[in-house]
Amino acid sequence: MAQWKVPVEAYKGRILEVTIGRGSKAVKIGGENVFAFNQTFDEGQWPNSPKVAVEVWDREPLGWSEGILKVYGDSVKDPAQWTKKVVDELSPDLLFFYLISTDPNEEDRSPDEAARVVKAAYEAAGGVPFIVYGVGNDSKDPEVLRKVAEALKGENLLIGPAIKEDYEPIAQAAKDFDHCVSSQAPMDINLQKEMDVKLSRILPKEKIVLDPLAPCVGVGLEYGFSIFERQKHAAVSFGDEMMQMPMLANFSFEVWKTKEAKENEKMGIMWEEMTAMAYLVAGANILVVRHPETYRRVKGMIESYKG
Amino acid sequence: MAIKGGDLAKLLPKRKGCKDCGFPTCFAFAMKVASGAEDIDKCPHLDPKVKEQIREMLAPPILPVTLGKGERALTIGEEEVVFRHEKTFYHQPGIGVLISDKESETDWERKLKAVLEMTFERIGRILRPDLAVLWAESGDEGKYLELVKKASDASADLPLVLMAPLDLALKALEVCGKDRRPLIYAVTKADLDGYFPKLKEAGVPVAVKGGLEELPEVTERLKAEGMKEIVLDTGSRNLWEVVKEQILLRRAAIKQGFRPLGYPTIVFPCFMADDLEGQYMAASALVTRYAGIVVLSDFVPEYLYPLLTLRMNIYSDPRVPMTVEAKLYEINAPSPDSPLLVTTNFALTYFAVAAEAEATKVPSWLLVQDTEGLCVLAAWSTGKFNGETIAMAVKKLGVEEKITSKKIVIPGLLARIKGELEDELPGWEVVVGPREASGLSSFLPEFAGRG
Ligand code: SF4
Repeated sequence: MAQWKVPVEAYKGRILEVTIGRGSKAVKIGGENVFAFNQTFDEGQWPNSPKVAVEVWDREPLGWSEGILKVYGDSVKDPAQWTKKVVDELSPDLLFFYLISTDPNEEDRSPDEAARVVKAAYEAAGGVPFIVYGVGNDSKDPEVLRKVAEALKGENLLIGPAIKEDYEPIAQAAKDFDHCVSSQAPMDINLQKEMDVKLSRILPKEKIVLDPLAPCVGVGLEYGFSIFERQKHAAVSFGDEMMQMPMLANFSFEVWKTKEAKENEKMGIMWEEMTAMAYLVAGANILVVRHPETYRRVKGMIESYKG
Repeated sequence: MAIKGGDLAKLLPKRKGCKDCGFPTCFAFAMKVASGAEDIDKCPHLDPKVKEQIREMLAPPILPVTLGKGERALTIGEEEVVFRHEKTFYHQPGIGVLISDKESETDWERKLKAVLEMTFERIGRILRPDLAVLWAESGDEGKYLELVKKASDASADLPLVLMAPLDLALKALEVCGKDRRPLIYAVTKADLDGYFPKLKEAGVPVAVKGGLEELPEVTERLKAEGMKEIVLDTGSRNLWEVVKEQILLRRAAIKQGFRPLGYPTIVFPCFMADDLEGQYMAASALVTRYAGIVVLSDFVPEYLYPLLTLRMNIYSDPRVPMTVEAKLYEINAPSPDSPLLVTTNFALTYFAVAAEAEATKVPSWLLVQDTEGLCVLAAWSTGKFNGETIAMAVKKLGVEEKITSKKIVIPGLLARIKGELEDELPGWEVVVGPREASGLSSFLPEFAGRG
């Protein structure tokens, strides 16, 4: 019988190592030259396990499920207290701070006010790194994110999303005040590459994280899953330097918008956990989750991996 | 590892001017056979040994295995790629429930009912689990055979896995019958000498259990006995270890073309976590990483439904756009004077629009027009989504009888078709809606309030 040779592969590319935050709780992501969870093959290194961020809003949440509100209690009425509560309860790797109140179609909170709220929350977080996201409005986000960047100068936040219409001022703000920026191309590898080329002319590649969008189970997960795999391939197998930034899978908002999650919390948690597992396997470097139970479980899964 | 016509032609007899296969040359015939269009049997001049060799070359890199029969039959294997974006994954993994003979009869009945009756509908497709794994855990043979009897009486064609020591599994096979094609679980290296020809005569698929280095020896022996329907279990029960082995097995079959490992797999999340939640999370990772059969210790709708949905997603064909049925959808119980929104049948567009419209609580109608799965702009630029096609859909789907408001909201990206749609639909007010679905949250309440 033919002898079997274990199909260990070697790749020429490596994901860049990006640091978010400052001080002892700063997190490092990326740095691998293998696909996710492949380190056991001795194919290469996977120095930084994927990190998980917990979603927090800049105002009291609307329509969040009871189980979450029970954990956080009244703290959710104030973003800083809410942030502190999340940190106390979960000690998350990162916080994903969503500036939903700045949406010009809704509350239209001012950039100065937004910056004040983020700063108060950040100070309550005891050094846990922040991802700060605007609502994706290309006229409002640049103003808001610039103020935020300035208020927390040097704290090395991850700010975004920088989209094709507004990447320039947002990346510039990240550069001026020493933060990282997320490059968002909605499930379009060519656009992603184009954005990365442009962004890397403004700031170092080690300050960029990719956000290809991450649709959840049942609502287009297959697209996101394959985009993550393809981008990781381009970066690791083919050594494409403009794809070698770590990837962010931001799906919690989408998960909890589904009918299934809204109507049945137990199912919603599983919906979120399975979406998380799929993106872990596909190569995400940071996941954004909402439910505390999802956070604990997904962290447990990542920690159970012994490379 | 698709086989090349040229390689195949080298093995053909090359009889001058023969043409018995209906082709002018051996080479022309070989090309057709390699592409799957012709059967190698059409050449009458082949040495049987060579023919067998050719069949082997033509076989898919991961052989198919079919369990059960009739409408519930489950086929796994036959996969051709490592990553779904390279082409597509073909056969969804079977999702099974573990039933132990140690459990109470009430549990047996409950679980059998679950596997037979739990169904869910999603975008017009029925999702359901596939099989029951009957586990001889108690050591009491009588009890086990009772369980097997119960399961086979519950349904004539439900795929079963007989998870028992081989002697007992062979007895169980007599209880449930060979022609329902259960999977015997499992043959190990140690069994190889004692169970032939018994196993071969059983004529049903068998699972092989052993470490990666051990498996090829066992599968080769089974193959030599003429047994080809084989399922692999590496024996590992740690999720990430199993994920790694799944990847190695897939690479072995597809990239190395190593036949002794070219079979579908069975994995056991039921033994990977202490509770159901952990099991289902493990199962989800394994659905994305090549499992052929996934065994859970119980089915609960809150976990099973997301798993089946994930499976549908991962096994959808990336070459075909995902669509929803083109029809008139009701959002928030609309009445005849509610407004009408219109969009494409590309599933992602539909999901976004439906979810945003629903969230506003404003009652409305949503007309989904068939654009062959193209999104708004792509459909417009190829002539599949414009004033004419929308008006046609309005007429075809009987919208005018149902909706008296005569107000139609078109996607903001298509503001330019406002005029043509007004011409096509006299008496209707055509309103340009937001450019993105997310804009509906402010647009719809305002529009409805305007009356
Ligand atoms: S029948 Fe066989 S030998 Fe004759 S031409 Fe065809 S392939 Fe060649």
